Order: sequence, then C-alpha cells, then structure tokens
Amino acid sequence: MQFFPAFLRDASRRASLARPNSRMRGSDATALLLFISLIVFVGITVYLFATGYYAPPPPITPVGLQVDHQYALTLYATGAIFILAQLGLGFAVFRFRDRGKPARFIRGNTGLEITWMLATAAIFLGLGALGTKAWSETRFQPSAAGAIKVEVTEEQFVYYFRYPGADGKFGRLDPALVSAPTGNPVGIDPNDPAGRDDIVVPTLTVPVNHPVELLIRSQDVIHNFFVRELRLQQDAVPGMVVPLHFTPDRIGRYNIMCTQLCGMGHYQMHSFLNVVSEAEYENFLAQALKQ
Amino acid sequence: MSSSPQPVHAPPRAPIGFFRRYIFSTDHKVIGLQYYFLSLVAVTVGVVLSLLMRFHLVWPRAHMPFVSGGVMRPEQYLALMTMHGTIMVFFVLTTAPLGAFGNYFLPIQIGAPDMAFPRLNMMSFWLTLVAFGCMLSVFVVRGGAPISGWTAYPPLSGLGSITGPGEGMGQTMWIVSIGIFCFASLLASINFISTTIEMRAPGMHLMRMPLTVWAWFVTAVMSLLAFGALLAALIMLVLDRSAGTSFFIPYGLVVNGELQVGRSGGWPLLWEHLFWFFGHPEVYIAILPGMGITSHIISNFSRKPVFGYRAMAGTLCAIGFLGFLLWGHHMFVSGMNPYSSLAFSALTLSIGVPSAVKTFNWLGTMWGGKIHFDTPMLFSIGFISFFVTGGLSGIFLAQPALDNMLHATYYVVAHFHLVMAVAAIFGIFSATYYWFPKMFGKMMNDTLGKLHFWLTFVGAYCIFMPMHFVGLYGGIRRYSDFTGADYLVALRPLHMFMTIAAFATAAAQLIFFYNFFKSLASGAKAPENPWRGTTLEWATASPPPIDNFAGHFPHVFRGPYEYSVPGAREDFSPQHLPPSEVAGTAEGAPNV
Repeated sequence: MQFFPAFLRDASRRASLARPNSRMRGSDATALLLFISLIVFVGITVYLFATGYYAPPPPITPVGLQVDHQYALTLYATGAIFILAQLGLGFAVFRFRDRGKPARFIRGNTGLEITWMLATAAIFLGLGALGTKAWSETRFQPSAAGAIKVEVTEEQFVYYFRYPGADGKFGRLDPALVSAPTGNPVGIDPNDPAGRDDIVVPTLTVPVNHPVELLIRSQDVIHNFFVRELRLQQDAVPGMVVPLHFTPDRIGRYNIMCTQLCGMGHYQMHSFLNVVSEAEYENFLAQALKQ
Repeated sequence: MSSSPQPVHAPPRAPIGFFRRYIFSTDHKVIGLQYYFLSLVAVTVGVVLSLLMRFHLVWPRAHMPFVSGGVMRPEQYLALMTMHGTIMVFFVLTTAPLGAFGNYFLPIQIGAPDMAFPRLNMMSFWLTLVAFGCMLSVFVVRGGAPISGWTAYPPLSGLGSITGPGEGMGQTMWIVSIGIFCFASLLASINFISTTIEMRAPGMHLMRMPLTVWAWFVTAVMSLLAFGALLAALIMLVLDRSAGTSFFIPYGLVVNGELQVGRSGGWPLLWEHLFWFFGHPEVYIAILPGMGITSHIISNFSRKPVFGYRAMAGTLCAIGFLGFLLWGHHMFVSGMNPYSSLAFSALTLSIGVPSAVKTFNWLGTMWGGKIHFDTPMLFSIGFISFFVTGGLSGIFLAQPALDNMLHATYYVVAHFHLVMAVAAIFGIFSATYYWFPKMFGKMMNDTLGKLHFWLTFVGAYCIFMPMHFVGLYGGIRRYSDFTGADYLVALRPLHMFMTIAAFATAAAQLIFFYNFFKSLASGAKAPENPWRGTTLEWATASPPPIDNFAGHFPHVFRGPYEYSVPGAREDFSPQHLPPSEVAGTAEGAPNV
C-alpha cells in the first residue's frame, strides 16, 4: 500500500470503513440463533433441575435432610447466576451484533468490578458457611452415647460387617490370620476371648431410630462405603480406621455402594443396609450368635 | 522491564535440509506445530477410547471392534477409562494450549525472534513425544493397560499385578511415561518464564502484554511448581512397586488372600496429597490459556478493548495462586482431617470469585461492541457458556456436606468434562480457527467452521448435561456397567441418550478435520491481518519468516486491545504503529 499516492490510500481507507470487510460481516441470523439456543438451553436445564428430574430417594436421617436443604439453597443461588449469565451472554451477542455503528470505547468500570466481586464472594462464601453445620454434625462430633458399633471391613470386592457380640468388645485382628475359605475373613485372633462372640456378616443390619457408628477399614486397596439415602460416604483406607455415624429413621433396605475405584470388580462391589425394627434386630443378633 | 529482543545466541538463519527444517528444528514455530499435531493424534485416540466406553455402557455384552476377545471385560473398560483420562489431560489439555499455541505465539506476541532457549525447547517436545510413545506402549505390554484411573491411587497401583490386570508392566510404563512428561514440562516452563521476562520488545511493558501472554506466563509458573510434586510422587510409587519400599503401603495388607510381607509405615493418603497438590493446579494449567485466548478473541471480534484489562491480568494471577491452595477438595471423604476440609472448602469457593469476575468482564467486553460472528468468535462465546455451566456445578462440589452425596458420582464427571473436555477444547478450537491463517498462510472455510461449532455446541451439552442427573440419582463413576445394583438400571435411558450424542458429536469433529487438512492443501491465501487485530502477530507475514519479523523487530507504542479508539484512523490501532500512523486525519490522538 505504501507505493500508492496518499490520496488513493485515504480514499481506500474511507471506503473500507463505510463498507464492512467481507470477512468481518456480522450476521443477524447467527446472533439470533445464539440467543434462542441459550434461552432454550436455560429453559430445559432449569425445568429439569427444578422438577427434581432423577432426584435421589428421600433421606433417612435428620442430617440427610440438612444436606438436601443445603443442596436446595445452592441450587437456587447457582440457578439464579446460571440464568443471568447465560441469558446475559445471549442478550449481549444479539444486542451488540454489528449493525453498522462503531463500538463504544470503554476500558472498564472499577465500581462495577468491585461490586460484582463482593457480591460473588458473599454468595459463594455465604453458601459455604451455611453448609458447615451439616458437615460438622457428621464429622466433628462423635457418635451419640450408646451407639451400636459395627466394624466395616472392605476388600476386593466384598463387604464384611463385624458386630462385637454380647460382650460389646471387638476381638483382636491379625492380618496373618485372614482366611475367607476357612471362615475367618477378617482375621479374628482365636486366642482373644473378646473375639469369640464377634459376628461377621455380609450385610449391615441395624435397628431404626438408634445411633450407629461404623468403623470403616480396608484389607487391601482403597474402597468406599456409600448409601445414597444416608447422604453419606466415606473412603475405606488401608492402615486407617475411620468412624462414620448416623441415626436412620426409616425401616427399609438400602444399597451400599463402593465409589472408590478398587479394581476390576469395582462395579459389582455392593452390599445392603437393612434398617429393621428393634425386635427384628434382636432376633438377627440372636440368630447370628447361634452360628 | 524489557531488554533487547535479540537472544544471546546469533539470530536464527533458515536451516537447510528437510530434517533440520521440519523434524529436529529449534524454531519455536515448528516446535509449536509439532506439539499441535501430537495433540491432534492424542485427542483422536482419546475420543476413540471414550466412544468404546460409551458403547459398552449401554451394550455391555455386545461384540466390539478393537477389543481382544470380542466382548469387553470389566478390566478392559477400566483400562480404556484410565488411558482416556491420562491421554486427554496430559497429551491434549496440557500440550495443545501451552505447548502448541504458547510456543508458536508467545515470542511473536512479545516481538521476539524465538524462545530464550531454543534447543531446550526442542528437547521438551521430543521428551513429550517419547512420553507419548511410552504411554501408547501400555496397550501392547503383558497384562495390558493399567486400570487405576488417571489418578493411580495406591495400593491399587502400588503393589503390582496382584491387585488387578494391567497393574504390572502396564502401570510401570504409565509411570515412566508421565515421569518423562513431567520432566519435559519442567524444561518448557523454564523457557516460557525466561522468554516472557527477558525478551519483550521495547515498549512492551507488562501492562501492554496480550492476555494470551499473561495466561501462558502464569500457566508456566504453575507448571514449574506443580509438576515437581507429581514427579516426586511417581518416583516414590515406582520404588514401592519395584524396590520394596513402603511410602504408600501400610502394614498388614491382605491382597487376594496373600499377606503382603515386608511392608509397613506407608500411608495411601500421602499419594493423594502429593497427586492432588499437582492435580488441582494441573486443571488450571489446562484452562488458563483458554481464558487468555477467549479474552483476546472476544476483544478482537467485538472491536472493543478488553473490559477491565488489569482485572483480567490480576484474576489470571489470582487463579494461579489460589489454585495451589485447594487440592483437598478432591479428598473430602478420603479420611483426611475433617477440619481441613472446611479450609479447603472456603478456598475452593473463593476461587469462584476471580472466575466470575472474568466471566463478567467477557460480557463487559462484548457490551456496546460491534460483534462479528466469525468461527473463532463463536467458539469463544461457546467457551464462556460452557465455563459458566461447568464452573457452577463446582459450587456444589466445593461444599463437603454436598460432596458426601456427590463424590465419585457422575455429577463430578459432568463438572470436569464441561470445564475441561468442552470449555478448554473450545479454547483450542477458537485458537485454531483464529491463528490458522497466520500459521499456514491459508484461510479455513468459515461456513464449515460455523457448522462444526453448532453441531459441537449442541452435541456437547447433550452429552454432559444428563451426567448431572445420573450423579444426583446415585450413578457411580468408573463403573464398567450398571448391572451391579438394581437401582442403576433406571439410568439406562440417560446413558443411551448420552451415547448417541457422543457418537454424533464425535462424527461432527470430522468436519473440523476435513476443513483443517483441505484448507492446508488448498485454502484461500491469507492476508497478513485477516481479522484486523492489534497484536504483534498480525504485524508480520502469514506465515511468519524464520526470525518472525524479517529483521524489522517491532517497537510497541500502546496496549494490546486498542479497538475503536475515538479519533483513530481505523477501528483498530496496532501495537507496533507509531502514534502518527494511527491518529485520524481529524484531531484526537489515540490513547497510548
């Protein structure tokens, strides 16, 4: 261009400003399509979340209700932000598509920046603060007095639940004695009298409305204990015993799932939580002790 | 501070011979393209693996191609899943945004002739290629590919093949591959940081750097600090596996009926801490360059300066810094101290603040603009939409009380795919469409680009939105099929929908590949500045000469996003033009 006389160069520039560069033509159809597709997307998403599409079954503990309440609060807050942000995006691309007018020269707005920074911080951290109660009740506080203690031993790809029996004490475990084929899957030391009345079963049976404390451990790799109706899960880590407590308030049979990848049988590693009446629980213990 | 753009070595001369020019080149542009094509191969492998996975989830007993034995066994599914995650996170998302585009455009955008250490740069690429070769080798070693996920938690990954198929040689080769990758990344980050600090053109103050340069710089600093932790963890893991050490193995494990003797004192959570101390910054390493390119493209195609440039640079730094403090949110239910969960939760929620500021500023950049909907702009708009959606599900996962019910469900899978597999990939697509003319001197077909955008935009939402519901319902991740528990059967319709969407969206990517290679061969000739951009890469030929500027190294007179300056001659004021050449014929000097 520098070889052209100046008047030709200026004329060409004026002409190119008047006629949009053919590679840079804004498109009304594209802008409208973007706006409409974002509206449709927001509509479907909000509808499905608001109507509880594929919602989990109701919780069976009071803390589970708190977790659901916190979930709902978070859904409202993030839902509002989601609607504003996606529709704001759609509106902006539609309203400010190239319609021939020059763009406004704006570098920023410090006041707005500070406002939305503080608003976002308040909403996010506020949500976090509101959620601490549900966490602390399950994790900081010990189980209620008189809780039924059950030791959960997880291994590829089964669960074993050990009850302390009539003496209320767990027998000593020795990993060298672990032998499922001979009926000692968790390795109870036969020389320890406290272990003689220990009950080891493949499913977890507990009485309703009674505090339960699980002592979760693993024999080989990292596993997990998850019951969706409890709204609770905990990894089973070899070398650690992690307590987990809850008080179920509804009789029923619930799935226990392993959520930590533990090998090829991970998808099949699963057991049942049976919440039964007091009478049935006593019956279960009596039957198990007989064996 | 900016010093002379000349490197310490002699200025590069065009190398002669095919091997020196295209294979063993120290030219950052060639190396950038090598990384790009490596990531194209990697993403193809990764997508094929995911399609095999999605097919198996809805038809578990079907005979499948590529699967030895015909019907996929559970351990084969887990192997596919492990390799899918590993290849995508390392060889696509850590390679393309930083290694490909960063290498190609960082020196040009700061007015330099090459990176600070060109031979080190070449070594970084070749080590990455060797790492990729090692990674692919796991498919053919005895026992096959590892099954422990890209997270490779011990003891599953720490005891050898007794814990499962693929945990022998496959897991070892995986560790070797990622170890080499770590090393390559550490070398590359030294290069990026040195180049940005030392080799900026005169006038290119920090506050005049394009946001892409800011993003690559912060990403490189994060890489330098994070990959060391992973390398340490990998060395410990390989020692546990082959030297009988017990970094991660406690006493008394009974695996498959066999007591593990000679092991004691180790702690599996040590691996989790070390891995996630790397792993969390890693995901920000994957997304930050995409944020930089989005700011860059939104500004260019709205013909407006970036709204709040200083805030955009500052939030990149804030995200980079905060990203190192929140790794524990991957470990809320791990058995870690529950009090620390509250600290990690608060920090995780706070990183939502700079992310939200960036989103507002992108909208602010478009507000009052004059938007042109070329394909790069469409993908950047898509980036914002997916980043918002994916980021908001993070607010749920950041709260430990909710994590109790969402951890390791498909809700988490939805979250990280929306931000990484979609938003970050959209960043790569928009960078490709934007810089293709500069890199190859040809234009891509814009109509095919728009078709590619629409199909991918709709398709990606169809694949990943249902995953939220699968997770809420109790659908557990890393399950090779859904026959293990009765209630999971109800999820089959959702899985079917997602599988169909996945195959359709993958097919749509063929449009991109066709467009890319056809344009390479016979696209229209690209001008020097097809998008009328202001930054330095548009001030040189398409493609640039060997030293980037044919000896005429630029001086920088203004910031990077001077669009539609009142009184200026054009609606863009390039960084390298002196004030007299951008001022209008009327009065009104442009802002410098």
